[in-house]
Amino acid sequence: MKLSFTLNHNALTLETEPDRRVIDLLREDLGLTGTKEACGEGECGACTIRVNKELRLACLMIAAQIEGCSIETIEGLAGPDQALHPVQEAFVQAGAVQCGFCTPGMVMAVTDLLEAIPDPDETQIRKALSGNLCRCTGYQKIMDAAQLAAKKENKCLP
Amino acid sequence: MPAVILPQTLDELLDLKAQGHTILAGGTDLFVHMRNKKIQPQTLVCLDQLKDKGLREVADTGDEICIGAAVTHSRLIQNPLVQQHFPVLIQALDTLGSPQIRNMGTLGGNIMTASPAGDSLPPLYVLDAQVELAGKNGSRRMSLSRFITGPGATGLNPEEILYRIWIPKQPSYDLHHFEKVGHRKSLSIAILSMAALIGLTGDRKIRAVRLAWGSLGKTIATSPETEKRLMGTPMDDPAGFILAAARIREEVSPISDVRAGADYRRQVAGNLVLRLCQGPLEPLKQGPGAV
Repeated sequence: MKLSFTLNHNALTLETEPDRRVIDLLREDLGLTGTKEACGEGECGACTIRVNKELRLACLMIAAQIEGCSIETIEGLAGPDQALHPVQEAFVQAGAVQCGFCTPGMVMAVTDLLEAIPDPDETQIRKALSGNLCRCTGYQKIMDAAQLAAKKENKCLP
Repeated sequence: MPAVILPQTLDELLDLKAQGHTILAGGTDLFVHMRNKKIQPQTLVCLDQLKDKGLREVADTGDEICIGAAVTHSRLIQNPLVQQHFPVLIQALDTLGSPQIRNMGTLGGNIMTASPAGDSLPPLYVLDAQVELAGKNGSRRMSLSRFITGPGATGLNPEEILYRIWIPKQPSYDLHHFEKVGHRKSLSIAILSMAALIGLTGDRKIRAVRLAWGSLGKTIATSPETEKRLMGTPMDDPAGFILAAARIREEVSPISDVRAGADYRRQVAGNLVLRLCQGPLEPLKQGPGAV
């Protein structure tokens, strides 16, 4: 099918199979390997993207479902000069990255949270990250990164 | 490799269903089953381009709230009508899956999966929800408790779709409560869940009560004997709830499965009844017609 959608703020039209998984479309056809696949069945959140400003799982969607949609992946967060997004910077500063496999999904979830709630409390952060598994860090540094990112976005920090 | 069809209208959708094709709603169960080769549909009917409002809106029709089958869990949690009238449903949906799953999965999908552990089902049982099934020759309504006939089994005819869910407003219940026991809070399938509606007298004795249980039997279980035992119990009287907890442990015959044994479920069922006395119950927000 001919598929038209917006990918990281750029309009795109391509030819694909309608039942192509969105994760495969992104990683294999478009070379956007930031979005990861781990469990492949919606349990881990590694493939988290945003579809029309809502977090979704690219492993449980097919191409036909994103016709006309606006898709955001981890690659779309950096600014035009490739400067890291404040949430990405916070993950680096807090040391919230170990093997890195869950990081894109975590960053997408924190970014989504901070757009809805700029100054979240700990419970809100934990709930926002409840669909994302990390097997390395024990989550505390990821919590720290989310809190640091909130401070950055609220301009409390340089 | 299934073909994918994107109907634009309800008529097209009903035509496709009559031809025996599989409907893709949120995909959070269907794609997992397809990956595990439990289901191998030749054609998927994708709802994303459908213009029909009925499947996607939540409407106040007077005595009832009508919910389109394709409304996602997140949209329901955010919906003021659902928040006002059915706190028990909000509490349950809040425990369903994860934020991502709640953004994708639909109420209709959770019903059609008809899992004994389906998180929306115990609340919909105590709320006396009805399903509206639509086909090319019109639509019919039936109670959800009659519609679900077993694990994964419903009374849907092959040419029908689950179109809308109708829930009567509940002015006679003052307290709404849902609790789920699982291995962790998110993304866990319930070991046991309980939805409760309680109506109180002026001196806070139980004058009306509905209980429904997830993951206890092959479908959602009810417990009329325990409900009877709870009638007249003061909300702050542990003795009354201890008797009711003993009653539920006798009344139920739980399943044993990979998540827990029957004895454990029996014990926990009593504990959840005890929690009605001890726990913080969310008062029903005042609605039009609410006491």
